[in-house]
Amino acid sequence: MPQNPTNHIKIDVGEGAAIPVKSDTGLFTAWRIAFFGAILTCLYLAFVKPEPYREIFQFIPDGILVTFKVTVGAILLASIIGLIAGLGRISGNRIINGTASLYVEVIRGIPLLVQIFYIYYALGRFVKIPDMFSAIIAMAVCYGAYLGEVFRAGIQSIPKGQMEAALSLGMTRGQALRKVILPQAFRVVLPPIGNEFIALLKDSSLVSIIAVSDLLRRGREYASETFSYFETYTVIALIYLIMTLFFSKLISLMEERLNANR
Amino acid sequence: MPTDRQAMIEISGVSKFFGSFQALKNISFTVRDGEKVVIIGPSGSGKSTILRSINRLETVDSGSIIVDGMNVNDPKVDICKVREEVGMVFQSFNLFPHKTVLENLTLAQTVVRKRPFDEAKKVSMALLEKVGIAEKAAAYPAKLSGGQQQRVAIARSLAMNPKAILFDEPTSALDPEMIGEVLDVMKTLAREGMTMVVVTHEMGFAREVADRVIFMDHGSIVEEGSPEHFFTAPTHERAKLFLSQIL
Repeated sequence: MPQNPTNHIKIDVGEGAAIPVKSDTGLFTAWRIAFFGAILTCLYLAFVKPEPYREIFQFIPDGILVTFKVTVGAILLASIIGLIAGLGRISGNRIINGTASLYVEVIRGIPLLVQIFYIYYALGRFVKIPDMFSAIIAMAVCYGAYLGEVFRAGIQSIPKGQMEAALSLGMTRGQALRKVILPQAFRVVLPPIGNEFIALLKDSSLVSIIAVSDLLRRGREYASETFSYFETYTVIALIYLIMTLFFSKLISLMEERLNANR
Repeated sequence: MPTDRQAMIEISGVSKFFGSFQALKNISFTVRDGEKVVIIGPSGSGKSTILRSINRLETVDSGSIIVDGMNVNDPKVDICKVREEVGMVFQSFNLFPHKTVLENLTLAQTVVRKRPFDEAKKVSMALLEKVGIAEKAAAYPAKLSGGQQQRVAIARSLAMNPKAILFDEPTSALDPEMIGEVLDVMKTLAREGMTMVVVTHEMGFAREVADRVIFMDHGSIVEEGSPEHFFTAPTHERAKLFLSQIL
């Protein structure tokens, strides 16, 4: 990564969902309108137009659970891969550093959908594993690369003096990393990890393309039987919206709690 | 200072390059057990670099540094063992912001010295008492003034029971009214016989506490001697000029 000169202004707009912070009043209000608006719309449709909406709401919950499992499983695995990749990217060892950098560059250069197909069929050739697992592995391998960059940036954002102070007290590099650097880096990376988590939740809809019955796939199954495409995808969109808004709120609450006890 | 005392830090013929720039030119000096050596000089003279070489925060290109009998630059020597014996106090304090004052002191004691927590806590509280900051034990560093933070940092390095402490411009980042409280703690340590190597711009402190003053310029030791000699009758032009600029 080339160093930017300090006078070079760089606008950094992530593609991840915005996590509402209290100071950003416009977005904060928008969050409330969107979240409660989506819930009210769902209730309205279920009670005022029970035909076909109530049936859709009965058909879909299995899919929500699958989407949730894939997302949580992938984020846990991706965090582990990401931490290893991030530490590898700052390692002084050339082989470790090169391997981690290569992983990040290769993965970031391939579309997630292609990776899902690739891992699903590549793994399928050698081992028989449940579809859900290959979906989780594919998502985790992909997001691990992005999270690796987040962890790397987080660790590098901790002032050099912290490592020096820990070392000068006789700690090994590993001890300094575990006890001093990573706990501080965690606070720094929580917001971007939250954004990645939400992006992953949305991207998990891609696994509907392989044989995983997630939210989107359940919707497609229902719509193709009943031909009520408009109604089904309205509900699907609303449910994704409620889920992402719910998680973005959860993460911003976690952030507030972490910042409170400093 | 009796010269028959054992050498704690022996630096001989040390040179260091940053690229083509020579930061240290054939530096040699010895710090005996219990001695207080103050290194002064203009910025960029290499005084912080030589200090940081003593516990290998900087590596050197030639020469040798022996600390308490251990060769710092020998790859076979466990550098952690050297660092356990030599404390360091930084210009920017470098307290751990995610830990309370007490935890800042107990961390290395429990992790490195393997002391049981209760014992580490007892040691820590006694040291915080000593630097006059025991009432802040449960506070986070961000809630402390610069002077308080630096006193905690000194207590943190004392908690390891080091044989020597290196001070890298410990008062340079402080507001003027807080410099005194940090220097007072350092003077107390000096009276108690701690071996100290201090890089500083505080000439009053150097005059009062130092057994020996080392004046560096452009990576070399230009003058070395007792504070009386250095401050009243420096031999070299460069030292005279430096003193006339800062006094």
